[in-house]
Amino acid sequence: MSSGRAWLLIAPTLVILAIVIVYPVIRALVMSFQKDAGLDPATGMFVKGGSAGFSNYTHWILQQCTSASGTLVPCPPGTLGSQFWGAVGNTAFFTVVTVSIEVVIGFAMAVIMGKTFAGRALLRAAILIPWAIPTAVTAKLWYFIFAYDGIANKLLGTNILWTGDAWPARFAVIIADVWKTTPFMALLILAGLQMIPSDVYEAARVDGASAWQRFTKITLPLVKPALMVAILFRTMDALRMYDLPAILTEGNPATRTISILVVEQIRQGFNSAASLSTISFIMIFIVAFILVKFLGANAVATQENQRKGTAS
Amino acid sequence: MKAARIYVGVVIILVWGLAPFYWMAVTAFRDPRYTFDTTPWPTHVTLENFSNALSTSNGNNFIRAVINSLIIGGATTSIALVVGIFCAYALSRIDFRFKYMVVGVVLGASMFPVVALVTPLFQFFTNIGWIGSYQAMIIPNISFVLPLTIYTLAAFFAELPWELEEAARIDGAGRFQAFRLVMLPLAAPALFTTAILAFIAAVNEYLLASQLSSDKTEPVTVAIARFSGNDPHVVPYAAIMAAGTIVAIPLVIMVLIFQRRIISGLTAGGVKS
Repeated sequence: MSSGRAWLLIAPTLVILAIVIVYPVIRALVMSFQKDAGLDPATGMFVKGGSAGFSNYTHWILQQCTSASGTLVPCPPGTLGSQFWGAVGNTAFFTVVTVSIEVVIGFAMAVIMGKTFAGRALLRAAILIPWAIPTAVTAKLWYFIFAYDGIANKLLGTNILWTGDAWPARFAVIIADVWKTTPFMALLILAGLQMIPSDVYEAARVDGASAWQRFTKITLPLVKPALMVAILFRTMDALRMYDLPAILTEGNPATRTISILVVEQIRQGFNSAASLSTISFIMIFIVAFILVKFLGANAVATQENQRKGTAS
Repeated sequence: MKAARIYVGVVIILVWGLAPFYWMAVTAFRDPRYTFDTTPWPTHVTLENFSNALSTSNGNNFIRAVINSLIIGGATTSIALVVGIFCAYALSRIDFRFKYMVVGVVLGASMFPVVALVTPLFQFFTNIGWIGSYQAMIIPNISFVLPLTIYTLAAFFAELPWELEEAARIDGAGRFQAFRLVMLPLAAPALFTTAILAFIAAVNEYLLASQLSSDKTEPVTVAIARFSGNDPHVVPYAAIMAAGTIVAIPLVIMVLIFQRRIISGLTAGGVKS
């Protein structure tokens, strides 16, 4: 079929993606180089915007704020400007910890779900429940579990302020996120496991390979492409985490992610919020690039191979 | 021995998936004075929490929020399916230059951070008076639902027996006719599965909705997050758990019924190398 026909079929998608993604991104970029309206420290008058150069970016990255006298000073503690690197740290911490735990537990779940036993369909349905419930509901559910008088403290016999104190709040977010998203990881790994032909294991067993050797020499290398795609998807999700910490810990600074910082900044100034969201977009893009390039999580190639199987 | 070990794992996974959800439902049916009881079944059973959750006397309108979610989720899903089916057909059936660039764009879009859209859209929708309108949430939702639709559908389409389409063409059917009469019925289960995934993703959205909705258009995710009772100093845990149960039950039933399809949909887009 003609290439022109193909573009005709694809055009609506490209037009819509251009409207809902490309246009807002360009607009954000333009906004990020403009000053927010505010009081001019020199005159005390309310002034509108104007060009900001890179000052919105240095505001976040170098944490420079404009003082009452109009000079650049380090942002005072408590202001949003001073929380950029803290938010980057929280986001990175959540991403690394949740994705690592999910790989380990997800793998274990996938191995169990891959076995044959009675009630397998029921098990697979049960594991989808955390995935299907909206994150906002999940967050409220764990907010209740982690309440001071809640079941978590009662079962553990503790009096931890789960959503109030810094480290308990971070772990509350991690636990709720791992609960919700591990099933997705487990299913992607399971799909990868099921594509390994069983005769490979038979041959290895005949040759006297131990269970551990079969796992490290056969399972891991063969499941690696699927695993890498799963890690890429989950990492991208974790880097943009918003709902869970925002609702579960109600604005606790210890769980403030970059996305939460952007939303809080919108109320104080569109243009510096736009520069912050642009920074977060660039960071996420770089992480995706590194994962795809160096870890072999090549999602495009995966799709490509997939189509080669049956398409003309 | 080996079977016993498997069943230990099975029980752990069942508890993992069901226990927190079960606790929400138990609390929802428990008299609010006993919310923090630890008996594993609801003592002092009551429907009071559900009537509190649905009550509008405290400024909440949960039924309205449920309807809003259905409107937003339904409209987003329909648009994404209609547009996505053409793109997915082209990607799985036609060879053309820059095809992998298009695949890359779609996959890139699916990983795009929604937060990068919030600021420009907030300002833009404020300027044109769209804040609080349904379209202000439906249109941005397309940004992550459409890519999801395309790569799930493309994966399903790749597995269809396209020889049937060729046969219909040889018998004199036009290309569109062949697609509509022969392939579309075959693709119906895939479309249905994709619709479920798209709908769940659209209903799950919170970040955009929390910024762009008003009291009249807020979906359940926003309604549940800012749910308040009559007393501002008391968190209405029991009513919130009832509201959560109302949202979760239909989704849980859907998952139980369509478990096999949802799993094939989730894994089709990702992992077939």
